[in-house]
Amino acid sequence: MLEIRNLHARIAEDGTEIIRGLNLTVKAGEVAAIMGPNGSGKSTLSYVLSGREDYEVTEGDILYNGESILELDPAERAAKGLFLAFQYPVEIPGVATMQFLKVAMNEQRKARGEAELSTPDFMRKVKEAASALKVEPEMLRRPLNVGFSGGEKKRVEILQMALLEPKLCVLDETDSGLDIDALRVVSDGVNALRSPDRAMIVITHYQRLLDHIQPDSVHVLYKGQVIKSGDAELAKELEANGYEDVIKSAA
Amino acid sequence: MTAQNVIALTQAESALIDTYNNHVGSLPGDENVLLARDNAIYALKTHGLPSRRIEAWHYTDLRALLREVPADDLSAAAEKVAPLLDGSSVFTISRDGSVEGRVEGATVRAYDAALLDGSAAADLSPLGDDDAIGRINGGLVNSGFEISFEDGVAPANAIEIQMFAVGGQLHSRLNVNFGRDSKVRIVERHIGTKGSAALSSLVSDIKLGDGAEVEWIILQQEEDISSYLGQLKFALGENAKFSLFILNAGGKLVREEIHGVTKAPGADFQMRVINLLGGDSHTDVTMVLGHDVPETTSTEVIRNIVFDKAKGVFQGQIRVAPDAQKTDARMACNSLLLSDAADFSAKPELEIFADDVQCAHGATVADIDRKQLYYLMSRGIPESKARGLLVQAFVAELVEEMEGQDLIEALENVIADWLEARDA
Repeated sequence: MLEIRNLHARIAEDGTEIIRGLNLTVKAGEVAAIMGPNGSGKSTLSYVLSGREDYEVTEGDILYNGESILELDPAERAAKGLFLAFQYPVEIPGVATMQFLKVAMNEQRKARGEAELSTPDFMRKVKEAASALKVEPEMLRRPLNVGFSGGEKKRVEILQMALLEPKLCVLDETDSGLDIDALRVVSDGVNALRSPDRAMIVITHYQRLLDHIQPDSVHVLYKGQVIKSGDAELAKELEANGYEDVIKSAA
Repeated sequence: MTAQNVIALTQAESALIDTYNNHVGSLPGDENVLLARDNAIYALKTHGLPSRRIEAWHYTDLRALLREVPADDLSAAAEKVAPLLDGSSVFTISRDGSVEGRVEGATVRAYDAALLDGSAAADLSPLGDDDAIGRINGGLVNSGFEISFEDGVAPANAIEIQMFAVGGQLHSRLNVNFGRDSKVRIVERHIGTKGSAALSSLVSDIKLGDGAEVEWIILQQEEDISSYLGQLKFALGENAKFSLFILNAGGKLVREEIHGVTKAPGADFQMRVINLLGGDSHTDVTMVLGHDVPETTSTEVIRNIVFDKAKGVFQGQIRVAPDAQKTDARMACNSLLLSDAADFSAKPELEIFADDVQCAHGATVADIDRKQLYYLMSRGIPESKARGLLVQAFVAELVEEMEGQDLIEALENVIADWLEARDA
């Protein structure tokens, strides 16, 4: 489903290279965990995948279902089924969460040539998904992410993911800032979306999230490259011994 | 050379004076009113319209900007539109001096009556030498209402006053008294006639008795070939609360002046202004607010969206009198400039003569926030649509804090329609 080939990317503004020859393949149905120390390029990878214009790809390619997506803007990538759950969801005063959800769902449907949702259908879908994620209806009337707690923001990210039904989900440190209960709600939400035709990339610092979301593969990112890949055992090893051994043996 | 006429009149100045000369016989008023009208027009003839050399008009050079004045057709009849809010009592300003409609607990009479009995004569004097709106309106006033709300009344529905720019020119007055502890919502609408240029002026004199709570909403939707000159004067009694909301969504040349004073402790003034500016329009909101007594408060928030070659101006002067201790006044003007040629000038002025006060002002200019744009796009919302949402959001914040879902929706629709008409 996703194939990243020798990807090099830098910050557009100052030319600092962050991703330096990254290779990664994720198959449909697979949950891939990306782990790595601070500054290894984990969040940058998520931004580059989603098409944020602050980053430039200088070499390599990102193939999604066999097609390069480098020329597509974030909205076009999203319409093709790519979704990034943000580490720091952006606050948008003046745009009600409900209004935002409706516009996003319908714009994606339009881009795919599908009919727009009727208001009752939309309301029903939102209500179901919101109650599963313990998102209060009152919150949806408020401006998007404004005044939401860290946990509320993450739950609303997963709510968006559930409603937009993407094919490739990238979760950027979804566990940061969550207490144990919130972590469980969010992980349950993510697990409910696991399916044979959907792939997930779970970016995290800690093993803790992977206790809740069992990965099929684990990849260690360091200085913009995948330096080691393995199965769920690798994450446990890292938790026990830290990154140092892996980094040394890769050097 | 005589002293009286040293300037060469512009086309617009001549047209205004001609309007007066042609219609003076049919304009309503007794001999005192006629004298007041004459004085106003004489001053216009000798001083002309103010240019940028006059400080109050520095950013709005009326002499240069008001190029043409349409002929005045006295026979034009007023039109009507559905009120902004269902159930409102609607009053339409017309030249025939008629009053249709009524409100429980209020007396309404046509301004003609005040002109004819001479009680209006004192109103017609301009505020000062630079008061061009007072001069034009004072000379030419031909319509309007006097409304008086009894003590303690609280009409369930809004009172809507419609000013329809028909027949080229319309010059009106509104004198409104709100009795002690009354609670009233007024909607003032300026509506153009499609494709026809107009010059309209409105001078309002508003008095709030002790404890009165008034929400006054001005919706200005003139045609983009028309000029509108407004002047709203208000005075607030003890613990009176006056909330003024202005939405400018039309007009080629617009000046909306607000001159207010707090007269007794506890008085509170809230002003929210949304300017939606496009094309080559020029829109000026000028406020002069006097905190004349101790313990009064005010907050002014102005949000501007400027497209194309449009120009916007906000002048906000807050005066705090020497003994007006414990004044709390805050003013903020935020602009979103959406083209290179878009222009907004903000001139906040604080004149503080008391020492124990809280006063603040701030002015910002912004562009669309790129992080917000990226976030919306990452959810599949195309760039143009995402920009539209963010532009709307910038002003929607002021609408959201208003009371009543029907009012919020009605104003949101006006804003959405204006933005959509641009895209079309």
